[in-house]
Amino acid sequence: MSVYLLRRLIQALGVVLVMSLIVFIGVFAIGDPVEILISPDADQIERERAIVALGLDKPLWLQYLSFLGNALRGDLGRSFVFNEPALQLILNRMPATLELAFGAMFLALLVGLPLGLYAGLKPNSPVSKGIMAGSILGFSLPTFWVGLMLIMVFAVQLGWLPSTGRGETREILGMRWSFLTRDGLAHMAMPALNLALFKISLVIRLTRAGVRETMLMDYVKFARAKGLSPARVTFVHVFKNILIPVVTVVGLELGSTIAFSVVTESVFAWPGMGKLIIDSINVLDRPVIVAYLMIIVLMFITINLVVDLTYSVLDPRVRLEGK
Amino acid sequence: MSTTTLPAAPAAPAVPPKVETPFRRFVSEFAESKIALGGLIVFTLIALIAIFAPWISPQNPYDLAQLDIMDGRMEPGTVGGDGFTFWLGTDDQGRDMLSGIMYGLRISLTVGAGSALIACLVGASLGLLAAYAGGKTDSAIMRLVDLQLSFPAILAALMILAFLGKSVTNVVIALVIVEWAYYARTVRGTALVERRREYIEAAQCLALPTRRILFRHLLPNCLPPLIVVGTMQVARAIALEATLSFLGLGVPITEPSLGLLIANGYEYMLSGKYWISFYPGIALLITIVSINLVGDQLRDVLNPRLKK
Repeated sequence: MSVYLLRRLIQALGVVLVMSLIVFIGVFAIGDPVEILISPDADQIERERAIVALGLDKPLWLQYLSFLGNALRGDLGRSFVFNEPALQLILNRMPATLELAFGAMFLALLVGLPLGLYAGLKPNSPVSKGIMAGSILGFSLPTFWVGLMLIMVFAVQLGWLPSTGRGETREILGMRWSFLTRDGLAHMAMPALNLALFKISLVIRLTRAGVRETMLMDYVKFARAKGLSPARVTFVHVFKNILIPVVTVVGLELGSTIAFSVVTESVFAWPGMGKLIIDSINVLDRPVIVAYLMIIVLMFITINLVVDLTYSVLDPRVRLEGK
Repeated sequence: MSTTTLPAAPAAPAVPPKVETPFRRFVSEFAESKIALGGLIVFTLIALIAIFAPWISPQNPYDLAQLDIMDGRMEPGTVGGDGFTFWLGTDDQGRDMLSGIMYGLRISLTVGAGSALIACLVGASLGLLAAYAGGKTDSAIMRLVDLQLSFPAILAALMILAFLGKSVTNVVIALVIVEWAYYARTVRGTALVERRREYIEAAQCLALPTRRILFRHLLPNCLPPLIVVGTMQVARAIALEATLSFLGLGVPITEPSLGLLIANGYEYMLSGKYWISFYPGIALLITIVSINLVGDQLRDVLNPRLKK
């Protein structure tokens, strides 16, 4: 086990290095950093001095090493637009994204589980067919367009919900959160639903498939034969067993939810990391782009590592494969 | 669809009996689902509209001489200054939305189908190679596939476009990089099974060149799952392109796809001028759903496990 763990860790480290190299080449070698980092009305001498000061006269591999060294110390440059350390800027926006992503996951389970359960228990009823057709639509609908339509209906036509922003926030642990105030929750409702749409479809399908499989199991037949009420069989015997895989998959989707929040945040002007990166790309605020990409890469590698390790604990075949 | 295939109805005596070729069987099985057939018809119509847009659209939306700024942001159904009816309204430049959508479909479909095709070529070749060569080559290619699939497509595409800048070619490049891995994985899975079959062994005994074995013997037998994945990926590519264009990272403003049309209407949405975003979105939705319906049915028809 420890050998496997070590090998997996080294692999993850390798991927981090490769990704940092790709990000470095993408941002520093394809674009011309001199053009971007130095003000255009500087004269020749000032330019030379700035190039030396920024280390841009050194060979590329040396520049990469110093980039890597700075990154390890948590220094990913300063944003040109906000004139703040890029890493700080992103970490400040992180709570907004995280609360949106977790809100979406919560909604996905809250809506998806009951609908999936119903569709699994009564696969032939027209309502179930409607639920399944809806889930196909949930997979096909472009997220950003649904977001626009939500704004059109609930904010413009009906005026029930605010269309953009985070609303009132309350501070806890030094970070500002929207879900603790009524106003904040109202602001969160539409973006969270928008982000959850795809996951709701996923949960419905997983739950339905799980229920249909589990209902045929011997222990369910036995529980019925014992004379337990249908409600008890459904909610205790069946539901508990399908909950494990469903929650696992939803947990695994956290990463992609955070990634997709880029779209939702742009539609609803939600001030999270995703909106920041889109704005930064549009004004070529390179330090922020680099910092965001490095954080996201680290996050995904961590998620994948944790998933792999969990699997190896649960499934001995994975562990033994390398021996 | 039902998993039972009805036996072909006996032909009426007057008509000469039809020979059941694999292709005819495939067509009749596909047509069993009316919804899928509907999807295919709708998609064919959309493709025709996209191809013939310059000849059938009421207006050339990018010929500035035909645009009148006075017609800007008209509601659907209004008659413009020169007696021209804008059935789906106009955008802020006085452009007829119907014509804009027809031209937008052209760009969306070209980018979607083009990137899916190139990704298919790249992915299928690498997948075949991985399955046939095995060993180090296989694990190297599959490592790359795993790495690619562990990052959400939208983020990878965003990253690539942030480096390369906006243009139709760059969007296609980004989509190919994001999508090839799906094809590679699919083809490798099928090819691993197929390569153990006798006909491959026979081809090897005849000392045929590897390239010939790969593309003439192995590839045709890996086609069914590839077609299914390919169909679904076209829909995915169109949706992804629209999303990227909406975020302002996709196609440039001179070649607006459906996603960019929707983005243009975003700022007018809050003042109740819904049609600038609404109708391009509906066009996008119909396109994606019709392709997915066809793909769904193809998966059922081409899946040998569902056959009797």
